[in-house]
Amino acid sequence: MPARPTGLGPAGWLRWAWRTLTSMRTALILLALLGLAAVPGSVLPQRGVAFDPNAVVGFSQEYPRLAPWLDRLGLFEVYSSAWFAAIYLLLLVSMTGCVMPRCLRLWRAARSDPPRAPSNLTRMSGYETWQTDGPAEDVLHAAAVELRRRRFRVRVDGATVRAEKGYLREVGNLLFHLSFLLLLFGVAAGALFGFEGRVIVAEGAGFSNVQAQYDEFTPGPLAGQGGLAPFSFTLEQFTASFEPTGPQRGTPRDFRADVVVRRDPSASAEPVAIEVNHPLEVAGTKVFLTGNGYAPRVTVRNGGGEVVFAGPVVFLPLDANYTSEGVVKVPDVGSTQVGFEGLFLPTAFVDPQNGPSSLFPDALNPQLFLTAYTGDLGLDNGAPQSVFALDKTNLTQVTDDGKPFGRAMGVGETMTLPGGQSSLTFEGVSRFANFQVAYDPGKEISLVAAVMLLVGLTASLTVGQRRIWVRVRPGNGDVTEVEVAARHLTRREAKITELTDLARAVGRPHEAVAPVTIQPDHASNPGSEKRER
Amino acid sequence: MTQLFAQLSNMLIYSAITVYALAMIAYAAEAAMRVRAPVPRPAPVPAMAGAVSEPAPRDGDPPGLGRPGRRLGGVAVSLTMLAFGLHVASVVARGLAAGRAPWGNMYEFATAGALAAVAAYLAFLRRQPVRDLGVWIIAVVTLTLGLAVTVLYTPAGALVPALNSYWLVIHVAAAIVSGGIFTVGATATVLYLLRERSDRRAGAGTRTSAATRRGYAAHLPPAATLEKVAHSAHVLAFPIWTFAVIAGAIWAEDSWGRYWGWDPKETWAFITWVFYAAYLHAQATAGWRGRKASWFALAGYTAFVFNFFGVNMWITGLHSYAGV
Repeated sequence: MPARPTGLGPAGWLRWAWRTLTSMRTALILLALLGLAAVPGSVLPQRGVAFDPNAVVGFSQEYPRLAPWLDRLGLFEVYSSAWFAAIYLLLLVSMTGCVMPRCLRLWRAARSDPPRAPSNLTRMSGYETWQTDGPAEDVLHAAAVELRRRRFRVRVDGATVRAEKGYLREVGNLLFHLSFLLLLFGVAAGALFGFEGRVIVAEGAGFSNVQAQYDEFTPGPLAGQGGLAPFSFTLEQFTASFEPTGPQRGTPRDFRADVVVRRDPSASAEPVAIEVNHPLEVAGTKVFLTGNGYAPRVTVRNGGGEVVFAGPVVFLPLDANYTSEGVVKVPDVGSTQVGFEGLFLPTAFVDPQNGPSSLFPDALNPQLFLTAYTGDLGLDNGAPQSVFALDKTNLTQVTDDGKPFGRAMGVGETMTLPGGQSSLTFEGVSRFANFQVAYDPGKEISLVAAVMLLVGLTASLTVGQRRIWVRVRPGNGDVTEVEVAARHLTRREAKITELTDLARAVGRPHEAVAPVTIQPDHASNPGSEKRER
Repeated sequence: MTQLFAQLSNMLIYSAITVYALAMIAYAAEAAMRVRAPVPRPAPVPAMAGAVSEPAPRDGDPPGLGRPGRRLGGVAVSLTMLAFGLHVASVVARGLAAGRAPWGNMYEFATAGALAAVAAYLAFLRRQPVRDLGVWIIAVVTLTLGLAVTVLYTPAGALVPALNSYWLVIHVAAAIVSGGIFTVGATATVLYLLRERSDRRAGAGTRTSAATRRGYAAHLPPAATLEKVAHSAHVLAFPIWTFAVIAGAIWAEDSWGRYWGWDPKETWAFITWVFYAAYLHAQATAGWRGRKASWFALAGYTAFVFNFFGVNMWITGLHSYAGV
């Protein structure tokens, strides 16, 4: 950290603040903070993280005193919180402030000659000297040719050859750092102009890509509402297969949604299979298969035997064997409204202690366990309500002889409410699929940034930047004294024999001294030179 | 046939564990013999430079080691190679049994990751005198394999649909390879910190007044050698880890519709990445290189290990299907 200025004006303080922010020490502290700040988000439930949308609600119910405080600190939205953003934005500013001057320096270095030889070459990280009878020009010429062959930048300057190689290291370094700015751009583009939606579609049902059809829709602030790709599809069939036997019995093996899609209203219908890892893509919008479950088909009749409701009802799975729960809401039964609530079990088993549950994910012995409620479903008061739960404020449970009325039904069976006011028939089993629909116009930018990041990182870690000097001067008598020296600017060690090979190519006698081990020259590491303030 | 390969794989992994355990004992015995011999105290020079003054020993033989000790060291390395062979065969047989890349669940990831760690150790051993890493790396490997066959074991079988993608081969393989190299890096870093502290104390003359130093740390390879091994391991592993994270993001985009969603697994991969990035930056900064930087590397390794064990076992998320 630079020394704190005393008695400086505002400009001096600004300058000090900027130098502090762009120092390596600050960058390191910010990096450490960024790592630590990401931890709470993996431990506490988060809003907007795909896994469980209700996790925060559940946590708040469990810890009613703690949750509001955590919420005030932004701990349920760590990755979009102000303090998390502050850390990474400061880090990006610090990084840019450090990298920009280095860009400039690289530009200048690439346009100017390799630097002059230091007066004392023996202090370099590699050094050899010998005497030769030949003319000095021949040595210099041979050295220049050899160095050029080794793809050094070479400049012959009087009695010295100066050469430098490995600019790619710094290019890579800058590419790596600048890729983060591009990545930020890509992430921002996706967050601002993209959207993400979730929808459940039962077999036989359709979906059109308009906001109203989504169960859950999270658009970016600038996402074009009218601009959703105008496609639609119908889920013809959903196929699931599970390991039937063996130790991994019941483990899912294959999920497949056969849909018929119209890519735009005028396009013809086209059958497509959407599978896990194989999304459907329409005009940049992708439709992913993210889950599935059962939708038992039921028919509800009123007291007069008229059909008042028919169709598949989505029951949400509770466990890996698809023990599922759901409700059937029937507002038009007659004088009252009826709601059914209960479980669907694809392979039913009733445990005397734990009650009914499913033993296998496939529909081997499907049963529907329902109880009924009558009264007001609360659908007319305008408040949005879940389609997967009954609002029981104005409902009373139907009883039979004072006990709650309930039935277990196999396919084809019917339950009739006491008094015969209505009945529900379990017609059969359909499946449903959860689709996630995503549009992210920034993802290509992010991919380019990721490639830049990786290429830049690899180059900056594998390429070693080094300088080599060859100097001749008249020795005793007719001989010429030759000195070769190398200096490594990076920690990365180049081939240790590089200097020896050069010396040999230039004409050093074979019996000359053993090569000096090339040690990386820490003190001259440009990284440390730049940012050790 | 499948069943046969599965059984063969299990037998081989048990054999490998046995031979690794023997190798570990041999390494430990070698270290014990060495510690009994005193070493000359290095000249009191500043910590970093002080380490360089010691000549690097050849052939992986630490200084002050008698012939029996050398022989024991050789035995340890030979046993490691034998166990490694058995381990490779086990992983290959597992792949043949399952008919896919053998890293589709936690058991397979643990065995393949341990294999990568041993491979990385043996590769470094060819270039640097780092046999002292052996006892620790083989201890970690034996422990991991022990956990794998007891707690994590899953019979060979097909994959759940979510993992059925060629990205599994690419993304997970990169994570395994970088994990193996990070293990070598972390071990070298810990030994470096021990040796560096020992050097510092000897240099400052606070601990020993005698002309010789005893103790485990004093007999480790020179701090500069250990630091170099740690640094090269991290420099090698970091881009591979970066690639693993990027490949994971591409797969996530193809599977869930977003390339980054702060799922716990992704979050810990990010934390790991950030700490290792801080390590590499600290290594290029005067005043941070060496001791201070090392703590970043260890933080990175802790995050990596937590991401594998902790996140899989205690935190639910989209990666949970990876399965215990």
